Parts: sequence; structure tokens; C-alpha cells
Amino acid sequence: MPNLLTIALIPLLPLAGFVLSGIFGRRYIRQHAGWLGTLLLLGSFVLSLSTAYDYFFVYGKTDGVYQTLVPLQHTWLAFSDKLSIDMSLVIDPISVMMLIVVTTVSLMVHLYSLGYMKGEERYSTYYSFLGLFTFSMLGLVLSGNIFQIYIFWELVGVSSFLLIGFYYDKPSAVAASKKAFIVTRFADLGFLIGILVLSYYSGSMDFQTMIARLTSPESNEVKSAVAANFLGVSALSWGAALVFMGGAGKSAMFPLHIWLPDAMEGPTPVSALIHAATMVVAGVYLVARMFPVFALTTPAVLEMIGWVGAVSAVIAAVIACTQTDIKRVLAYSTMSQIGFMMFALGVSGYGGEAGLGYTASMFHLFTHAMFKALLFLGAGAVIHYVHSNEMKDMGGLRKYMPVTHATFLVACLAIAGIPPFAGFFSKEEILLAAYHSNPAIYYIALATSGLTAFYMFRLYFGIFWNKPYQSAATGHDSHSHGEGGWVMMLPLVLLGLAAAGAGFIPFGEFVSSDGKALASHFHIAFSVAPVTLGLAGILLAAWMYYRSGNQPDKMAMAFGGFYKAAYRKFYIDEIYLFVTKKVLFNLVGRTAAWFDRTIVDGFINLTGNTTLLVSERIKKFQSGKVQQYALFFLTAAVLLAALFIYVLK
Amino acid sequence: MSFEPGLYHILFVSTALFFIGVLGFFTRRNLITMLMSLELILNSVNLNFIAFNKYVWPGQLDGLFFTLFIIAIAAAEAAVAIAIIINLYRNSQSIDVNNAEELKY
Repeated sequence: MPNLLTIALIPLLPLAGFVLSGIFGRRYIRQHAGWLGTLLLLGSFVLSLSTAYDYFFVYGKTDGVYQTLVPLQHTWLAFSDKLSIDMSLVIDPISVMMLIVVTTVSLMVHLYSLGYMKGEERYSTYYSFLGLFTFSMLGLVLSGNIFQIYIFWELVGVSSFLLIGFYYDKPSAVAASKKAFIVTRFADLGFLIGILVLSYYSGSMDFQTMIARLTSPESNEVKSAVAANFLGVSALSWGAALVFMGGAGKSAMFPLHIWLPDAMEGPTPVSALIHAATMVVAGVYLVARMFPVFALTTPAVLEMIGWVGAVSAVIAAVIACTQTDIKRVLAYSTMSQIGFMMFALGVSGYGGEAGLGYTASMFHLFTHAMFKALLFLGAGAVIHYVHSNEMKDMGGLRKYMPVTHATFLVACLAIAGIPPFAGFFSKEEILLAAYHSNPAIYYIALATSGLTAFYMFRLYFGIFWNKPYQSAATGHDSHSHGEGGWVMMLPLVLLGLAAAGAGFIPFGEFVSSDGKALASHFHIAFSVAPVTLGLAGILLAAWMYYRSGNQPDKMAMAFGGFYKAAYRKFYIDEIYLFVTKKVLFNLVGRTAAWFDRTIVDGFINLTGNTTLLVSERIKKFQSGKVQQYALFFLTAAVLLAALFIYVLK
Repeated sequence: MSFEPGLYHILFVSTALFFIGVLGFFTRRNLITMLMSLELILNSVNLNFIAFNKYVWPGQLDGLFFTLFIIAIAAAEAAVAIAIIINLYRNSQSIDVNNAEELKY
């Protein structure tokens, strides 16, 4: 059985780092906060590895099926005998897999930040925020209760907010952090309502109980939830869809994705950790966590998830082809890849061969975390070197940054799905799953993977080839610090190895929708189309960006208005602004303000003014003249006497 | 033939005393004089108690005791009132009742 102490320590070590550098960081351990956080995280990482080893190879399996184990269950808030909010730790294949992902990437980012954030004014604050984030994310993946996951969900939202706004003297960073927080909060409103609906109908907040009750079609819970209608859709579907809305907000799915590109205002390692590898896949994780409910009880919602994922994937890929800020390209690529994971879940069924999409989604989550973190860290190294995010300031960097160049290339090949790199295997499985269950989504995905190869190699050639490197016009000699020390190179190399080799993990053995091992088959013939498309994308990118020339401009001209629309991100931000500023602000905001000012304030002012008026009138009575008081008294006494004698006798 | 004063005579005197006191209380501005007027009012009440005790319920002592209590309380009240008057005098160098107006603030 799992060792409770080991598992509880995995999230608690980063929490300790947060508390220590948060309280003592600025004063006492300013210079050491980084190493403190890194070492604590190394502890977490080792514990996660041993937990994963023990789970997958020692005690996790019973009769060939991976069991869900609950080493800790503590009733926290008991509403009634039946309904309570528990705090629990849950060990099952996906949570263990996420433990590995989160601690690996977080450890790499901690290590990398030692070099990247060196000399930063709020160095210790940065590390304490990283600790808070890692704690929250680990707590999120270990949650066995939907309300507990919601708590950690908000905690990762807060730490993301803090880290995006880390450079708080930069107005754009402040705006981006607010945008990220508000957009995800808006989505979380849906999530909360979804939680309430589902837990109301299932009578439990515990995942296992909830899933067990909601997936058996004969149970009373399902009957009552299906019977309850709202706008012609059953309450169960509403609950599932609203829960997915929370996941879509966190995972930057269309149309709630607008915060992710702006979130790139944060420090680059943070983007690697939060906005590429871990937090943004929380939505995928949530859907996977509740997968039996989606797959068995509300297939319509699952199909919607599939389409949302596919649409997000293709839109983001198109936008990524036109952006010039390298971090924004990566942000859109993240959104696109998460779209892949989402629709992989959407096309999946529950159990057996039909569950291929589920396995593929988790597999892609795993490999994507590795190569996308690598891409961001590589981009961070480039930005560190060039002091700019814009592609036009780069080019020809391969001679100056050999390690970054090599690892970046590996990551690009991985994301483009070129064998034998990690992305090939996971993407292949996703495409296979889509091919079998939803051909429309399959063709979208195929086109998107071609686009992926194109925009990634556009980035690669743009940064490392294109034109000879010229230092930025600031006159600052950026060559002096080279590529960054070994603390920045080591994570790149390690993640590069992971991005190259992670695909050989027989993932279906470990993670599948029903816990049984799922053998992955490879069909060479099937792989031809995506790989050819990927190679075509790479060749096109090479033709356009290998040397600087006018091909890109010609291409942009050829696409005309479409290019412009994609460059402006399909005006989605503008639509949001129009809806919020013009429509909501004028129709709802102004009306509410008018109501508040005239009706609510008016009532309060009326009572105030009346009191004032009355007191103004009667204050003459308090004259301070003793004799006047006595006269009032005498008059009243005489009147009372007369009353009692003549009237009330 | 000797004149034997009856209840009505005494009530007449006490009523006269009461209204003299009320008049003095309302018209005088000097606090000491007002205090004296107050004593007149109290004494008219005392007279009433004595008179009713003697003529209406002879042989009982209730009225007498009331009178004694009122005298005692009047003494205490006079002591308090004079203390207040002295304090007013210290503040405004006069014992005009109008100077007490500012106490309302």
C-alpha cells in the first residue's frame, strides 16, 4: 500500500518553500531562496518518482487493473450525514502521471530560474510564488474530491495571476494578469455551478462515489438528473458542460483562450511551467478525471468537448503562423496542442480499445509538457540573450547558442510529430483515435498538425538561421554572458532527452480509461499522411525562412485579408472588448449604475434627509433654558392632570 | 370667640405658596432665588401633607413622615443645587440662569 507520508510530502515540500521564502525571503535568505526552493522540489521530484515506480510496478495493479487508491481521506466539512467535503489524496494512473509531469517541469524551471532570474529585485518572492504554484498544482492533481479540486484550482489561478503580474511596474503585465484572472474566474463560475449541480444530483462530492452513481443508468441519481430539464437539456448535461467550461477556461480553449497569449508577460520560466506544461492542462486533467461521467452518461457533452478542442486547435495553429513575438507563437501553439488533448478525450470512448483517445490524450499531455517546457525555456534563453521577444531582432543565433539551438530543434521536431521524437507517438495515437470515431475531426487535426510543423519551423528558422545575428541597437553587449550558465543549460539538455525519448514509453500499459493495459498499435501506413504533412510544413518553413527574403511577405499578400485577420488573432479580443465595453457596459453596467445611484442611493438619501429635516424642526425644543423646560413640564403636568380628571375619570 | 382655622384656610395658604413659588421660578433669573422658589413649592406640598393628615386622617402619622422625608430630601437637593450654582459661577462669573444655556452643547 502507498506510504501516506511520502505522498503527503510531495505537495507539502513546495509549500514549505513558499512559506519559508515568503516569510524570510526578503530579509534573511534572499540569495538562497532559489537553492532552497530547488532542493525542496528535488525532494518532491524524487518522492514522486518513487511513488510512481511503486504504484506502476509494485502495488498499483490488482488482477491486471490499476486501482484507485486513497491513502488519506479526512472529512473536512460535513453538511449532512451524506454530503461532506473531504480532503483526500488520490493515487491513480493519471494523478501519478501528473505528479511526474508537474514535479519534473517544476524542478527544471526552478533550476533554470536560478540563472534566468539572477539579480532580480524580487528573486525570493519569485521562488516563493513558484513554490505556491507547485504546491497548488500538486494538490490539484492529488484531489479526490471535486470541491477540493476547485479549491486548488483557484489557488493555481491565484499563483498564475501573481506570476504573470510579477513585473508589476509594467502596465502590460498588470493588465495581462488581471485579464488572465478575470477570464479564468468567469469560467470558474461555470465550474462552480457545475459542481453544485452534479453534487446535488449525485449526493456526493467525492469523485469515485460521484462517478459510480452517475454512470450507472439505472440509479436514482441519474434518473432524477436526467428528468430535471433546463432549456430542454437535462441537468446532468448542464452540470457536465459547466464543469467543462471551468476546464476550458483554465486550458485556454476557444472562446475562453484570450488570456493565454497575454499571460506571456510573465517571466519566461513561469510561462514554461504554468502556461505550457502544467496549469493549462488542468482542464484536460479535469475532463480526464471525470471521464466516465462524460463518456457514459453525457456523450453529447463529450462530443462538444471534442469540437471545442478541434476548433481551438486549428484556430490557434492559424494564428500562430502569423505572430512575430516568439512567446506568443509558443502560447498559441500550446493552445493548439491542448486542443489536440481535448478532442482526443472528446473522440474517446470508455474502456478497452475505444478508450484509445483517453490514453492518447494523457500521453500527449505528458510528452507535450516535456517538449513545450523545453521550447519555452529555449525561448527564454534566446530572449535572455537578445533582450527582445520579437523575431525580427533574432536570426543566425545557432553559432552563438549551440546548446539552445540543438535542444530547440529537438523540441520542434517533437512537436511537429517527426519520428522518433516524443510528439510523433502521442500525436499518432490521437489521430488514430480521431480517425476511428470522428473523421471530420480527424481531417481538421491532420491539417492542424501540418500547420504545427510549419509554424514551429518558422520560429526555428527565424530564430536560428534567417539572417546573420546583429546585436540589438541598444549598444548593450549581450554576448558577455553567453548562453547562460550550466543551471540554464542543464534543464534544456534534460528536457531535450525527455522530448526525444518519452515517446518510447509504452503509455497504454500504464494509463487507460478503465485501468486495464491498452496495447498501442502502430500502423506504418497510417503514419504516412501526418508525417508527410509535417515534413511538407517543415520544407515550406525552410523555403520561406531559411534565408531572409521576401517570400514571407509574398505569402502574406497572397492570403490577403485572411492573413490580416489571423495576425489580429481573428479579432476575438476586439469582440470581447466590444461585448464587455460596449454591450455589457452600456446595457447592464449603465443601467445598474443608474439603479444604484437613483433608486438605492435615493432611498438612503431620502431617509437621511427626512431625519435631518425633522430634527432641524424640533431642535428648537432643546433651548438650554431651564425655565422653558420647567414650563413645558408644568404645562404637560397640568394637561395630564386635566386629562385624568375630566376625560379618563 | 376664638378663630379656629380649618382645612380650607390651610389649603388656601399652601396653594398661594405653590403659585408664588411657580411664579418666582419662572420669572426670576437669579439661580439662588429660583432655588428659594423651589423651596416654597416644596413647603406648600409639606403644608398639604400636614393639613390632610390632621383634618382628614387624624391619629395617623403617614403625612408627618412624608413631610420629614421631603424636608430631608429638600436639604440634600439644596446642597447639590448650590454646588452646581457655585460651579456655574466659577465658569461665568455670574449666577444668571441664562448662562446655563450653553450646557445644552
